[in-house]
Amino acid sequence: MNILEFTILVAAGSFLAGLLGSLTGLGGGVVLVPLLTLFFKVDIRYAIGASLVSVIATSSGAAAAYVREGFSNIRIGMFLEIATTVGALVGAFLAAFISTKALAIIFGVMLLYSAYLSRKPRPRAQRNLPPDPLATRLRMNGDFPSEEGGMRQYNVQRVPLGFSLMFGAGALSGLLGIGSGAVKVLAMDQAMKIPFKVSTTTSNFMIGVTAAASAGVYLSRGYVDPGLAMPVMLGVLAGSMLGARILVKAETKALRLVFSIVIGVLGLQMLYKGLTGGI
Amino acid sequence: MPTTRNWTDKNIEEIVGTLLRVGVSLSAFVVSIGAAIYLARHGREPANYRVFHGEPSDLRSLSGIVREAFHFRGRGIIQLGLLLLIATPVARVAFSIWGFAEEHDRLYMIFTGIVLIVLLYSLLGSGSAF
Repeated sequence: MNILEFTILVAAGSFLAGLLGSLTGLGGGVVLVPLLTLFFKVDIRYAIGASLVSVIATSSGAAAAYVREGFSNIRIGMFLEIATTVGALVGAFLAAFISTKALAIIFGVMLLYSAYLSRKPRPRAQRNLPPDPLATRLRMNGDFPSEEGGMRQYNVQRVPLGFSLMFGAGALSGLLGIGSGAVKVLAMDQAMKIPFKVSTTTSNFMIGVTAAASAGVYLSRGYVDPGLAMPVMLGVLAGSMLGARILVKAETKALRLVFSIVIGVLGLQMLYKGLTGGI
Repeated sequence: MPTTRNWTDKNIEEIVGTLLRVGVSLSAFVVSIGAAIYLARHGREPANYRVFHGEPSDLRSLSGIVREAFHFRGRGIIQLGLLLLIATPVARVAFSIWGFAEEHDRLYMIFTGIVLIVLLYSLLGSGSAF
């Protein structure tokens, strides 16, 4: 395969990943590394470098749209970014000492967990929780435009737990080159009891900053190859932008099921390759 | 204080949205130009990413990347575009400090400052990047 053919195929695959990722809300970043390593036989370190860069592109592109709608909470995001960026630095440093086999195994487990999480029904959000003293002091409580019309207020809970989970999310992001949006949403939605819509948009807002923290390390370490990152970044960006446009009208339930099965199968394959040393 | 979204908050979000959009578009534009040059010159060569050997030092550091880009090397221009992309969230965080300063929110100026320091450390201090 020559470079032109390789570039076109990688761009097409990344476009599809970005499109499905944004349509299903599961993020395209998680399937990029398996796509590159399993189908294009790219070394996992190059794959992680390229994925990390494209994560910044999609997150920033989507966040640009979300911040204006008034869902994302800049204060919650900024406070938690302390945890995610430090975590991302730690993860990026760790990546240099971990074998590619171990990386593949961790990636496989993470994919299986994401697939499981996307199928699990979300418990009904509790409303009208009492204000938490720490969250109040940090001025995190806010409001957002609700479906019923008007603004709905919310009180943030369990800040230390959310902060710790965010450190983990950042470390995973730096280690595997993903946005780890699933863990971020888990920390905000489940632990801190932030309304789902606010959690997802704030998470998206944070992903770019988290990825930028580890991208610097990857770049200076020589893991970011321009020839590979170029089709990945342009493809994912185009795909996710198209996805965001048709999202409003599309029926995504079946698509979400298909995509979570794809994620699960890729997870098993990564796990298998890592264990048998095929990576 | 349940409501933190006042006029300034809305205004900041407006500017942050524009900043992110401009950063990503500019980066995609630069990467595309680099891609055209790179593919025109090297498109017919065999692709090989199976073996990891790391990037040459000229594509790892800011000075090297700028030098390569000014010599119209496709890979250097792509890398410059990617560097712009990484700089976009950093610029967003830097801008937020100003935003919180406008609101006289000293606590969040400190939080944002910590995030900015971590980001700059990653870009400047973690290796030979600059």
